[in-house]
Amino acid sequence: MIEVLNLRKSFGNKIAVANISFQVSVGEVLGFLGPNGAGKTTTMRMITGFLFPDAGTARINGFDILRNPVKAKANLGYLPENAPAYSDMQVRNFLEFCAKTRGLQGPSLRKAVDSAIEACFLQPVLQQSIETLSKGYRHRVGLAQAILHDPPALILDEPTDGLDPNQKHEIRQLIRRMGHSKAIIFSTHILEEVEAACTRAIIIDRGQIVANGSPAQLKARSRSAGIILRLAEENQTSLCSQTLQNLPQVHQILHENNSLRIRPKPDVSLHNLSLAITQTLANNPTKFELLELRIEEGRLDEVFREITTPDTTQN
Amino acid sequence: MKPLLSLYKRELISYFTSPIAYIFLIIFLTLAGFFPLLVSGYLQRGEADLLPFFSWMPWLFLILAPAIGMRLWSEERRQGTIELLLTLPILPWHAILAKFLAACSIAAIALLLTFPMPLTANYLGNPDNGAILTGYLGSFLLAASNLSIASFTSILTRNQVISFILSLTIGLFLVLAGWPPITDLLVNWASQQLVDLIASFSIMYHFDSLQRGILDLRDIAYFLSLIAFGLISTSVLLNSYRSNP
Repeated sequence: MIEVLNLRKSFGNKIAVANISFQVSVGEVLGFLGPNGAGKTTTMRMITGFLFPDAGTARINGFDILRNPVKAKANLGYLPENAPAYSDMQVRNFLEFCAKTRGLQGPSLRKAVDSAIEACFLQPVLQQSIETLSKGYRHRVGLAQAILHDPPALILDEPTDGLDPNQKHEIRQLIRRMGHSKAIIFSTHILEEVEAACTRAIIIDRGQIVANGSPAQLKARSRSAGIILRLAEENQTSLCSQTLQNLPQVHQILHENNSLRIRPKPDVSLHNLSLAITQTLANNPTKFELLELRIEEGRLDEVFREITTPDTTQN
Repeated sequence: MKPLLSLYKRELISYFTSPIAYIFLIIFLTLAGFFPLLVSGYLQRGEADLLPFFSWMPWLFLILAPAIGMRLWSEERRQGTIELLLTLPILPWHAILAKFLAACSIAAIALLLTFPMPLTANYLGNPDNGAILTGYLGSFLLAASNLSIASFTSILTRNQVISFILSLTIGLFLVLAGWPPITDLLVNWASQQLVDLIASFSIMYHFDSLQRGILDLRDIAYFLSLIAFGLISTSVLLNSYRSNP
């Protein structure tokens, strides 16, 4: 649905986006993460056709954003950063303007505007001019504008920025609901948001993709992610460690007090790792008596810090 | 065509939701009446034509056209709505044209509201109404040319004041290049042919025959090419802005 092909952009000497490619299909909600200045907004601006890339392109629903921009944009809803809107217009007039410019008219226009108003809870402010709105309402107006033509692809640049926790929750729910029938990309700084709303996440750093996977897969890359194993007989611990050491799924085994922390190789889920471990132990001639076997999911913020901080050595 | 119409309407309405349109119309109409009647002594001349009225148009639009055109793109840049506008399923020239036409409409409304001037002339005598028509045509083309320049200067900056000063400066050059006090001065320094060549670039040179009732296609072509230059420059600058905002 959304295909990003080798996008590249530099501003003067600074490389903002260095060769980014990925795809999002219908039913996926892709969280777009990265530190400030990593190139998130620049990438989104190129996908939506606002900014011309130095090289590469993007396709929306099969339409190339550079060669067929009008068709591609018709298939796309976009909430730009800070949700810009014509501040002198009333909310309803603004949404009607967007719908008309997108070619809607008559009953279908009214229906589109009404359902966007309902989805974004805008009824109380319809007659207000946009400059008088609070930040939360402004964002919701921007979101309403992005979804009113029911586009198959949706790109949202920090949709929950500046909202209070209740509003954030509502918007995440809305994104999750829409994710069933659309391809959605949204950028955020808030990592819980990724777990709450995304089926997949991409982390970019200095213009490059440094991680791409489901929130669970990403979390598995964190330092604390792993299987915690504790044996009844403590003196068997190192023997057990040697037994498991050679499993193809195992990346590293750490001894912590009386237990083992077994970390998976990248791309191995904790679930598969735990299966492999239990099987190996069951088939092993030495009978290990397990006191505890527990999956410890990692933490997204840990992964984020590890792979986006330049000086950290990856392990 | 439909997106063009929708963009045009929004742009036109936005002039009236802010005080810009009203202030512009009031000032324009006041000055358009004040200069010919009190400065040029329209009533004392005893001639039923509108020359004193039209001869002020280049000066009025020199200042007032940048005032209505300065916000066209700079305001979009300042508010960030340019990102919204250019990700709607429209072609860039839809937006460029819609904005330009909306600004031209304000100028057209202003000119139409000067209708008491020709009525007065017709009441007092028998003016050449053909000349009045070409005078109005010339005034509108003059305004449109200045607005097309304001369109491209406004895309250069997010600051409306800079946009205003730039388009005023370009407009001033186009007026002065053919203004007799300046051309008389230039004759001392350059050959007559060169002075004539420079003067032929001037708005004054081409407006002069229109306000006298001479409908020359070359003058019309001059204004139309000036407008085309302004709009194409807008498009080029818009593309460069989208490559490097």
